Amino acid sequence: MALMKILIAFIILWPLAGFLFNGLGRNYWSKKVIAYKATGYILASFIASIFAFIQVQANGAVSVHYFDFINTATLKIPFDFKVDALSSLFLLVITGVGTLIHLYSTAYMKDETAPHYARYFSYLNLFIFSMLVLVLGDNYVVMFIGWEGVGLCSYLLIGYWFTNGNYNYAAKKAFIMNRIGDLGFLLAIFWLIAKLGAVSYSEVLTAESLAKLSSADITGITLLLFVGAMGKSAQIPLFTWLPDAMAGPTPVSALIHAATMVTAGIYMITRSNILFSHSAITQNLMAIIGISTALLAATIAIKQNDIKKVLAYSTVSQLGYMFLGLGVGAYSGAVFHVITHAFFKALLFLGAGSVIHAMHHEQDIRKMGGLKSKLPITHLTFLIGCIAIAGVPPFSGFFSKDEILAAAFAKSPIYWVLGLIGAAMTAFYMFRLYTTTFLGKFRGTADQEHHLHESPVAMTLPLVLLAIASAIAGAIGIPEMMGGHHWLSHQLIPIVGEPVELGLSHSMEWILMAISVSIALIALFLAISIYTKRTDDVPKSFLGRFFFQKWYLDELYNEAIVLPLNRFAGFLKNVIEKQVIDGAVNGTGKLVQYSARKVRLIQNGQVGYYILFMVIGIILLFVFWFNDLNILRFLNNLNQH
Amino acid sequence: MPIQYYIFFCLTLFSIGVVGVLTRRNAIIVFMCIELMLNAVNLLLVAFSKMYYGLATQNGVANTVGIDAQIFVFFIMVVAAAEVSIGLAIIVMMYRNTHSIDINFLNRLKN
Repeated sequence: MALMKILIAFIILWPLAGFLFNGLGRNYWSKKVIAYKATGYILASFIASIFAFIQVQANGAVSVHYFDFINTATLKIPFDFKVDALSSLFLLVITGVGTLIHLYSTAYMKDETAPHYARYFSYLNLFIFSMLVLVLGDNYVVMFIGWEGVGLCSYLLIGYWFTNGNYNYAAKKAFIMNRIGDLGFLLAIFWLIAKLGAVSYSEVLTAESLAKLSSADITGITLLLFVGAMGKSAQIPLFTWLPDAMAGPTPVSALIHAATMVTAGIYMITRSNILFSHSAITQNLMAIIGISTALLAATIAIKQNDIKKVLAYSTVSQLGYMFLGLGVGAYSGAVFHVITHAFFKALLFLGAGSVIHAMHHEQDIRKMGGLKSKLPITHLTFLIGCIAIAGVPPFSGFFSKDEILAAAFAKSPIYWVLGLIGAAMTAFYMFRLYTTTFLGKFRGTADQEHHLHESPVAMTLPLVLLAIASAIAGAIGIPEMMGGHHWLSHQLIPIVGEPVELGLSHSMEWILMAISVSIALIALFLAISIYTKRTDDVPKSFLGRFFFQKWYLDELYNEAIVLPLNRFAGFLKNVIEKQVIDGAVNGTGKLVQYSARKVRLIQNGQVGYYILFMVIGIILLFVFWFNDLNILRFLNNLNQH
Repeated sequence: MPIQYYIFFCLTLFSIGVVGVLTRRNAIIVFMCIELMLNAVNLLLVAFSKMYYGLATQNGVANTVGIDAQIFVFFIMVVAAAEVSIGLAIIVMMYRNTHSIDINFLNRLKN
């Protein structure tokens, strides 16, 4: 117990130490020191996480108490951490992928000056710290602390190149959209406190607590939690910040906006699955929003020409799949997809970063092509990532996506058909990206071609490791019909319960699987055959333009929400503030000044006048204060004598 | 004599004093009017003192009733005497400086 307490403190304090070290010492340390420390601290945290994971495997879940965050007569919120099967898995993913991305960043960001280099790593360390608090927290309030922390770090890192106004705009957009979701989360916490007076998982997520909540309460709370997840995990209607978040450095996109932070919503819902399972409305809504997000983002991804934008919309799309999984009750499937997605999407982003690095910050895929021979390691690893996300067996994405699709089929074949269309589009846009970037012949400038080079080892090593993980991570969830025993879903039994029996025969599952694989393969080869011959220009057809312009959603939000808000703010500023409030304040001042100017004339220096006014004052005093009644009473008293 | 006579007499004296202060410009006369007001008050104090003393002896209470008012009168007279000396000194100084005792000249502090 005591050992566990120290171990968990170890896990989260290393990144915090890195943040303080780099943040406070940014003007003192050389880049080498900064890089070693930042990466080393996360590595230390990763090693501690492995021990914690082993500990949980051996002795089961542990909850440790540090201090009381809030302690009043009616409400007690302890600052507790919990390590169980779910959070220990997330620990490994966060610190593991985090270490690789830190390592990668040391090379990718090498052109920055030392203070900015330190600033970058301190933000990144702080992000890991916040993310660990988020997954380790044993109640919703501690989770919320981490939740806000990762939002802050995301904001700071998107706006890392703060001299560029557009990047700042993207950072603000991400922060504000996340705040909308956070409000939902916060209201859900308040609702829980109001109804149950507790926020700890061990108190809230029990049968007794559920008995105390009416079904309207559960629906309300889960909907608000889902709003929180929508913001963080970029679902309709709060997803437009994620593609803009690509303004940040590419490793940041890989770590925060693909592998870890955006999956916080899935983590939170999986954690609260007992609540969600009791609200059919929320579950259906989640499934519908999830599949719509998956399809919408996929259609946009098909038409984008910026390498990072394609991956960003692909992330949104994959997050949609995870929500579809949550909505149909396949919690372990969603977590499985989170893990595999963390590997292959981090890999793809880092690969994209390697390409951008080689191309001297060129992100337009139409100007690439033929990079296969120039960047062999990047090419190979990127290809593995593409195959994994496209769902080709036996790579990891196939298993996790198939688990979600099978559960969706069991719920309703419509979900499955839509999911299949999304999977086909996924394979299509990923291989459109791959083909345009790596195959064909080079389309950039001669100068760029001359400078093409494979990235240094600090960048290729994470790529190789992540490629291996992407290829084999499916092994943790091989379904029983293939002779595996689905290690992951057994792991998660304490959190999400026994896997739901889908009621599908094995032959049915084989058929579904065969259909989805063959559709993905068709889309894959279609993309390769189309895009070896040509690249996409600005689309001419109506539908193409519609997708290229991201369904005009940014414009719609601008017109429907931002502009009216701005106009309302302008009204408040120009009319209410400047005229009403300032008018009242200035009016008071003017009145005093005016009356002072007039009254001042009485003070003319003639003693006689002063005395006159004094006498008048005394007489008035007599009239009003010692009024006639008092004087009469006085005189009457005298008469009686 | 009924007390009302004293009251109206003192009221008249006091009013003469007030009007004098307000209307006259000669500092000596203003000064005298102030003295007039003080003495009007003094007279009233003595008159009430006598009245309450008379009532108290009639009812056979204490024979010291009203004595405090008379002591007060002496205080006022002493203070008035001190004030006169300072006031006259001021007037003398004023005459030396301005060769006039018109109080309307005493507005140098204005502005």
